Amino acid sequence: MRVALFATCVNDAVYPTTAIATVTLLERLGIEVDFPAEQTCCGQPQYNTGYRRETEPLVRRMGRAFAGYDYVVSPSGSCVAMVRDNYLRIGTKARTEGRGSELTEVAESLTPRTVELTEFLVDVLGVTDVGAYYPHTVTYHPSCHGLRTLGLGDRPRRLLEAVKGLELVELPGADECCGFGGTFAVKNPDVSAAMGTDKIRNAVSTGAEVLCGADNSCLMHLGGMLRRQDSPIRPLHIAEILATTQAEAHT
Amino acid sequence: MSGTYLGMPAFPTAVRASTKDTQLRANLTHATHTIRDKRAKAVAELDDWAQLREAGKDIKDQTLHHLDRYLLQLETQVTAAGGVVHWATDAAEANRIVADLVKAKGETEVVKVKSMATQEIGLNEALAAEGITAYETDLAELIVQLGDDLPSHILVPAIHKNRSEIRDIFIEAMGRWGRPAPDGLSDNPADLAEAARLHLREKFLRAKVAVSGANFMVAETGTLVVVESEGNGRMCLTLPETLISVVGIEKVIPTWQDLGVFLQLLPRSSTAERMNPYTSTWTGTTGGDGPAEFHLVLLDNGRTATLADEVGRQALRCIRCSACLNVCPVYERAGGHAYGSPYPGPIGAILTPQLRGIQSEVDASLPYASSLCGACYEVCPVAIDIPEVLVHLREQVADQGGKGHRLEAAAIRAAGWILGHPAVLAAGERAASKTRKLHPQKSPGPGIGPWTETRDLPEMPAEPFRDWWKKNRSPKEGR
Amino acid sequence: MNSRETTLARVRAALRDVPARESANPRDYRSCHVADEPTVLLDLLHENLVDYRAHVHRTTPAELPATLARLLAARNARSVVVPAGLDRSWLRDVDSALVSDNATLTAEHLDDIDAVVTGCALAIAETGTIVLDAGPNQGRRALTLVPDHHICVVAADQIVASVPRALPRLDPLRPQTWISGPSATSDIELDRVEGVHGPRTLDVVVVIAPALGESGHHATTT
Repeated sequence: MRVALFATCVNDAVYPTTAIATVTLLERLGIEVDFPAEQTCCGQPQYNTGYRRETEPLVRRMGRAFAGYDYVVSPSGSCVAMVRDNYLRIGTKARTEGRGSELTEVAESLTPRTVELTEFLVDVLGVTDVGAYYPHTVTYHPSCHGLRTLGLGDRPRRLLEAVKGLELVELPGADECCGFGGTFAVKNPDVSAAMGTDKIRNAVSTGAEVLCGADNSCLMHLGGMLRRQDSPIRPLHIAEILATTQAEAHT
Repeated sequence: MSGTYLGMPAFPTAVRASTKDTQLRANLTHATHTIRDKRAKAVAELDDWAQLREAGKDIKDQTLHHLDRYLLQLETQVTAAGGVVHWATDAAEANRIVADLVKAKGETEVVKVKSMATQEIGLNEALAAEGITAYETDLAELIVQLGDDLPSHILVPAIHKNRSEIRDIFIEAMGRWGRPAPDGLSDNPADLAEAARLHLREKFLRAKVAVSGANFMVAETGTLVVVESEGNGRMCLTLPETLISVVGIEKVIPTWQDLGVFLQLLPRSSTAERMNPYTSTWTGTTGGDGPAEFHLVLLDNGRTATLADEVGRQALRCIRCSACLNVCPVYERAGGHAYGSPYPGPIGAILTPQLRGIQSEVDASLPYASSLCGACYEVCPVAIDIPEVLVHLREQVADQGGKGHRLEAAAIRAAGWILGHPAVLAAGERAASKTRKLHPQKSPGPGIGPWTETRDLPEMPAEPFRDWWKKNRSPKEGR
Repeated sequence: MNSRETTLARVRAALRDVPARESANPRDYRSCHVADEPTVLLDLLHENLVDYRAHVHRTTPAELPATLARLLAARNARSVVVPAGLDRSWLRDVDSALVSDNATLTAEHLDDIDAVVTGCALAIAETGTIVLDAGPNQGRRALTLVPDHHICVVAADQIVASVPRALPRLDPLRPQTWISGPSATSDIELDRVEGVHGPRTLDVVVVIAPALGESGHHATTT
């Protein structure tokens, strides 16, 4: 099985520890991971802000970077959702506008192979107990694109519940958006902040030490608010929890 | 707040105040959470909800895809049953038709059933200009009218008001419109409903003309359907001599049997009931029962323009249930008025810019009034992919350029160039990592002001992931 | 071009991308969600009506007059309006003044009348709904709207399972009123309050018997 890591631009530049944790975890489970250096960004920020034409070169780049792999695994539900939910739309529109079917072919090739980390673990590898050890109380925020677009369901929860020493506490209003929404956070700062404030209040109310998510872009927004408020709870990506073992504490 | 949507500010400006209005926030949170939980229960009762939803979507699509044929069939059937069909290309024409019909009857007042279409065209104001008073008879519309306010929700237009605010409005304004509020009126919802019953009963009994919208029009039979809860609809549809219904052309469905789908989808999605208390159906006129004269005004007013957009036209499937508003985290915090139209919330964010165009500041801002969380699509009973349409409309706004979008386009293009050159991207990432000690966490830099008002910036890592990979994993041949 | 032609031309122009041929709709939803057995339907109708604050009473043909008399007396109904085609024997025990419906009864007159007794076209168990279609034992729509107390008599064999089962039995050319409990509103804080403009009391009397004198004139029985 040829597996490529799609690290995503945010993780590459700002949260390398999440990408490293993903590599560590997959290797521990016996998967040989590749990181094609040609990858940059899936184009989601551009697409969701209304710049569809500008995403087309990035779609093509994604197609080139990940050609020939059985699976493209990413620790980011929203970037995977971009590929699976929007690439075919971008391709179809480009074809309608007379720019050929190259993008459609990329979409059709990438869509079935591109999976989010927890999907890959539970569905492809068939594991929920990844041998992790993390003796802390954790509450989980399911980001919207993973939850609704990909339908991750209880996969992240099942993975966390199997972690030794980890106590999972229910997050009130878990299914509600945290207010990040990409450029929404700067285009509508008041609503975004109001949503984030409510999410954080709910997270703090659980008494958990860690607010876990599977999307660092949401955690960047929530983490930024938590730091501003000197909050006791810290944000952490699920890959970093799952990569942690008794033998090797992940940093 | 005076009763007009003209000259409303852009959404982000409009929410400055509403997101900080603690009373409004409390009212909205309480109401939307109450109804969203009930809706989930009502929907869960039917194990074929997904199939019903698919059928609803397909029936609506089929109708929209052959709308000319269904409108002509509807016209034929309504006319055969004794009704008169009028066509209005825009709001002004629809208002003119209604005003002329009322004046032809020699009347100066009408009673109204709650209707989104007449809100959309500003009928009440147009009638007032002709010396005709339109009395709203739905409890929430009455609250809005007495309070010289604007509706803020599709189903419950006064959702932004709580019980004590409503009591104050009744005490203050009922006397000016007719029968005053009872002495010592409490803020108990049952007492408030009773006060509305007494206030409106005299109007129902004397009204000669009623104006309504409709939830559905059945092409096959010429039947109109109004779904309601209070009975004010029945009063208006049954007691006056003349009935004028103003209905958007997208409200037509092919067959009588199709109601079997929508009369299951709508009540459960809307009020979270198995069935709403009252549904009225009528076909033209019936001798000795109800209005002797029936006029149907078919309204375009931007609907054909919406229909022309292959992606955006799905917004016309909407059956105005308001489920999307009740689950929307943005609506909950912004309130309905910020959307600058009778159609607030997620559906408003895709319907208004299509019906009215994206020229005005508020209409161009609406497609961005969403975090694209997808909760609306999940609950929509006719499966309108609202996030898809929002992004589609953002493209049109970006193409149009204008305020803020020129800079944005330049930034997107610059980012595109960098992301097209991984070596440059890596160099930039490295530079950011090297200078990370100098990065401010809290003070706004250029373009990130809105971010750092409420959030710290993330700390940059010591090195980007690609550098770690190079050092720690021998690069494999990517084929 | 007049507005009719303008609108139709705009519609046709908007649909240039759509193939002219119509496709069939998927119809994989259920025609009903419950076992289609009389006792099941009766219990479900009863339960759903009560859930929406209607009062449900079960009776027999022999007991029907006494039941109606008791319900009217309980609300101190001085006057009752009666549709022209209602079986008068139902009301033989009633003490209230009986007003036969006729064309001279205006809405104002009806406003002075306390109650109305009708039959129905059919009832729908899954939704707790009674459908009136202005049949002879129901009369015109205003009768069941203006008086504050509506007593509706349903024959057990008029109960159908679901909305999809009800529609083919109803004639769309007749004006219909579908009633599911007394009038209600959720307009204040989205909390449901019963009783706004329609009758505030809805009594549903289910007559359990092999046959009922006159049922909804065209609602086929199963």
